[in-house]
Amino acid sequence: MHGPVGMLAELTHRCPLGCPYCSNPLALDPRASELDTQTWARVFREAAALNVLQVHLSGGEPGARRDLVEITAAAHSCGLYTNLITSAVGITPATLARLADAGLDHVQISIQDSEPVSADHIAGYQGAFARKKELAAEVVRLKIPLTVNVVVHRANVDRIGAMVELAIRYGASRVEIAHVQYYGWAVRNRDALLPTAEQRARAIQVVEELRTRHRGAIVIDAVTPDYYSRFPKPCVGGWGKRSLNVTPAGKVLPCHAAESIPGLEFWSVRDHSLADIWANSPAFNAFRGTAWMREPCRSCARRDIDFGGCRCQAFAITGDARAADPVCHLSPHHDEVVALRTRQRDVPYSYRVNAKSTVRGAGGHTQ
Amino acid sequence: MSDSTPAVSLESRPRLPRGVRLVHNEAHGGWVLLAPERIFKADPTATEVLKRCTGEATLDSIVNDLATSYAAPRERILADVSGLLRGLAEKKLLEL
Repeated sequence: MHGPVGMLAELTHRCPLGCPYCSNPLALDPRASELDTQTWARVFREAAALNVLQVHLSGGEPGARRDLVEITAAAHSCGLYTNLITSAVGITPATLARLADAGLDHVQISIQDSEPVSADHIAGYQGAFARKKELAAEVVRLKIPLTVNVVVHRANVDRIGAMVELAIRYGASRVEIAHVQYYGWAVRNRDALLPTAEQRARAIQVVEELRTRHRGAIVIDAVTPDYYSRFPKPCVGGWGKRSLNVTPAGKVLPCHAAESIPGLEFWSVRDHSLADIWANSPAFNAFRGTAWMREPCRSCARRDIDFGGCRCQAFAITGDARAADPVCHLSPHHDEVVALRTRQRDVPYSYRVNAKSTVRGAGGHTQ
Repeated sequence: MSDSTPAVSLESRPRLPRGVRLVHNEAHGGWVLLAPERIFKADPTATEVLKRCTGEATLDSIVNDLATSYAAPRERILADVSGLLRGLAEKKLLEL
C-alpha cells in the first residue's frame, strides 16, 4: 500500500461567500464540532510520520479560524509544505504577514469572474472582487507564490481569457481553471451552472491558445468538464492511494465528497491515529485497489489508469457506488450523463447561506 | 522546447523560488520537488543539478562542477543542463 502524498485539511465549513458551485456537503459541520488547535497539530505530526508531503489548508474559509496562524505554524514545523486555499475574504494583510512568518509556502485565491459585478453576484458577497485583488497584491508583495483558482461555468466560461489576464496582472505564477464538479451543494445548481456544448468546446480551444500566448508568463492548469469526457477522471489519483481529507470535525475521508456515499464507515482522528485510519478504516478499504470493481471496469484495460472514475459520481448518477463512473462511454448509464449535458435552465442560483460565519458576523475581524 | 525560449546565460545564478523545495523522501521513491499544489519526482540527473541551484553558483560553475564530477564533456553537460533549467523556469519551478 502506498502512503498518501497530500492531505486536505478542512479547517472549518464556515465561509462568508455563498458560491452556488460549492462542493461541500449539504450538511456542514457546525463550529462547535471543529477540531481544536492542538488536535490539528497532532494530526499534522501523524501526517508527516505517514510521509505526507503537502498539506492544503482549506475549508470553508480557513480565515474564519482565529488560530489559523498557529495551525499553519504547526504544519510547517513538521516539515509539511503548507498551502493556503482561501477566498481572500477573512484574511487581513496583518494575518497574511504572520502566516508568511509562520512558514506558509503558497497561497491559492479563488476568483469568480473578471467582471466585478458578476464576480460578486456569483460569490453572493458584495465587495468580494475588490478584497481578492487587495489580498493578491499582499501575497505578491510578501513574495509568496500565488495561484489564482477559477471555477468556470455557464456565466463566466466565455471570459477564461480575461480571467487568466487578471491572474497575470495580480502577479500569480499559476492559474487553475476548473470546471464545476457536481458534488454537494453544486448539484442543486447544476442546471444553472452547466455550460453549453458550444461553450465547452470553445473553452478547451481557448485554454490551448492561452497556454501558447502566455507561455513563460504563467502556468495554466486546467480541469476538463467531465460530463463531456470519453473516459472518467482518475478521481483523487485512486481511492486511498494518494491523498486523504480531514473534515472540520475530524472525520478522515478518501476524498472530499465521500460522505455523499451512504453506508461508508469513516473513522475520526479523535479516536484513531492517521496511520491506523489510512490502513484499516472501512471507508478507505471500500474501493481500494480493483477487487471491488464490477463490469465493465473489472476486465477493462484502463482499470489501473482511471480506477473506474469517481465513486461519488457513480453513486450520484447510478445509485451504485461500485458501478463504473457513468462519464465513461462504456458505462451502461452513460446516456444519463449525455442527457445531463443539455439540461441548462436559466434559473436563479441557490446560494449557500452561512448564517454562523464569524467572518461576516464578527465584522471587525475583516473590515 | 520552443526556439523562442531565450538561452540561459552562463552568468545566471539559478535558484529554486520560494514555494519550491527539493526534499528527500524514501517512501515516495527518493528526491521530489514540492511546488504549488504539485509534486514532481526528480530523476538522479535533475536532482544533481537542482542541488546546485542555490542562487550562489553560476551556471558556468555548476556545469564545470558536473563535468568534473561525472567526467563528461563540458559542452554536452551545458546543453543538457540549459535545457533542463529552461524547462523548469517555464514551469515556474526555477528562477534564472
